[in-house]
Order: sequence, then structure tokens, then C-alpha cells
Amino acid sequence: MAAINAGSDPIFGIHARALAVQAKRMEVLSANIANADTPGYEARDVDFAKILANAGSTGTTSGTSASSHSGPAASTTDPRHIPIIAGDVDATAGGALPYRVATQPSVDGNSVDVQVEQAKFADAAMHYQASLGFANGRIKELMSALSAQ
Amino acid sequence: MSSSFRIFDIAGSALSAQSVRLNTVASNLANADSVTGDPNSVYKARLPVFKAAPVAGSKDAAGVQVLGVVENQSAAAKRFEPGNPVADADGYVYAPNVNVVEEMTNMISASRSYQNNVDIMNTAKDLAIKTLSLGS
Repeated sequence: MAAINAGSDPIFGIHARALAVQAKRMEVLSANIANADTPGYEARDVDFAKILANAGSTGTTSGTSASSHSGPAASTTDPRHIPIIAGDVDATAGGALPYRVATQPSVDGNSVDVQVEQAKFADAAMHYQASLGFANGRIKELMSALSAQ
Repeated sequence: MSSSFRIFDIAGSALSAQSVRLNTVASNLANADSVTGDPNSVYKARLPVFKAAPVAGSKDAAGVQVLGVVENQSAAAKRFEPGNPVADADGYVYAPNVNVVEEMTNMISASRSYQNNVDIMNTAKDLAIKTLSLGS
């Protein structure tokens, strides 16, 4: 079977990966906002470009590769099956997430700027929706192709 | 999509932490004028202590945990009110060390943080619904 770029899905392309990364990013940003009043908490973020770059080199799509997900691992049993992206977002995050440089550090050691985090969360949510829109369009395309109309 | 469900854990922990904070504010404001004649039994202002706590299944994102509620140990205000039935032998009453202005700012801050986290949950919910209805 022809090798497929590990970072992309045969049907959804880069968007399958982008959805996972943006979901991860929203999780980290929501943790920042949740800890806006926690003394000593330091805000973190996901380096989107770095994860996407890593996605190209790690995470294989070979048919029966064991998945690093905690849930039940999915596998294909026939080379003609659509391969399953096995790479985990956490595994390709390139180690620890970077800490944000505080614009206005506070006395209690908290480096969360709620307005900045909200803006970034909105940005991540918008990118997530955009990828969702592309995936949806792709499904509609395939459905219309399958129904031959 | 398991990540978006972890957002509910994270934002949910913040909601409960902020509501503990609102509860302590309510308690402090309600008791701001509860004077006694004994400086040891007078009401002391209460403050929740927050700590970042990891949520299940995620090594990077942390929720909020309320470690406990501590009492402000500063001295109670002593007032000379000989007519007060709870006054001590010298005619003094002891008022709680509640700073009403501080409590009001704490209340507004807790309320804002609570609303922020509700917004996060709403966004995560909308995205989860959109993801679940993908292709329809």
C-alpha cells in the first residue's frame, strides 16, 4: 500500500489532525482560564506549528499499528481498508507544553491574563469550526459521489 | 473528541471552586455585623485556598481544587458599646475582621470567573454537538 503522509488522513486530509490539535489547545486554554485565580499557576499553550511539524515525522498509519490511545485500539485487517491515524496528540506535542510569557505578571505568581486566554480560546474554537466545516464538506462530497447523482 | 469532554471537567472544577468562593463571600458579608462580647469566639473572615489539580486523562491541563477554607487571623475590631446586651464586663463588643469592600471585589471577581467558565463550557458544548452531527 502506498505510504500516506502520517500527518494527514486519506479522506479528511490535514483537517483530521487539525481538529485533534485544536481540541487539545482548547483544553489547555480552558485550564488556563479555570486557574485564573489560582496562586502560582503559570499559563501554558500548545505550539500548533510544532505539533503539525511533528505529525509529519511521527505517528505511523500502517494498517495494524498499535495505537497509543487509552481507549480501545482500532486496527485494520485488510490492506484495502482505510488506515487509522494512530498518532496521539499528546505523543506528538513534542514534550512539555511551553509556558506563556506573562504580559502583566501578578504578585501571587499567576501568569494568566484572562483576556488573552479568551481571545486565544475563541481563535482555537474558530479554527476547530473551520476544520469541521471542511470535513463536513468532504463528507457531503463523498455522499453525493456515492449516491451518483 | 475525548478532549472536549475534558474541558467540561476542567471548567466544571473552576465553577465549583468559584462557587465555594462566592459562598465564603456570602458568609462573610452576612456575618459582617455579628458582634460578640468574647474576642475568641467572634466570627473570622473566611477565604478559600485554590490549587491547580490535574484532571483524569490529561497531563498538561489542570483543573482547580479547593484545598480548604482558612480563617483570617487578624484581630477583631474592638468597639465600646456598653448598651449592647452582648458587651463584656468592660462594655466592649468585638466585631468580625470582615472587610466589606474586599468582600465585594472578591464577589465581582468570582462572578466574572464563573461566567468565563460557563462561556467556555457553552462553546465546548456547541463544538461537541457540531462534531457529533458531522456529515448530517
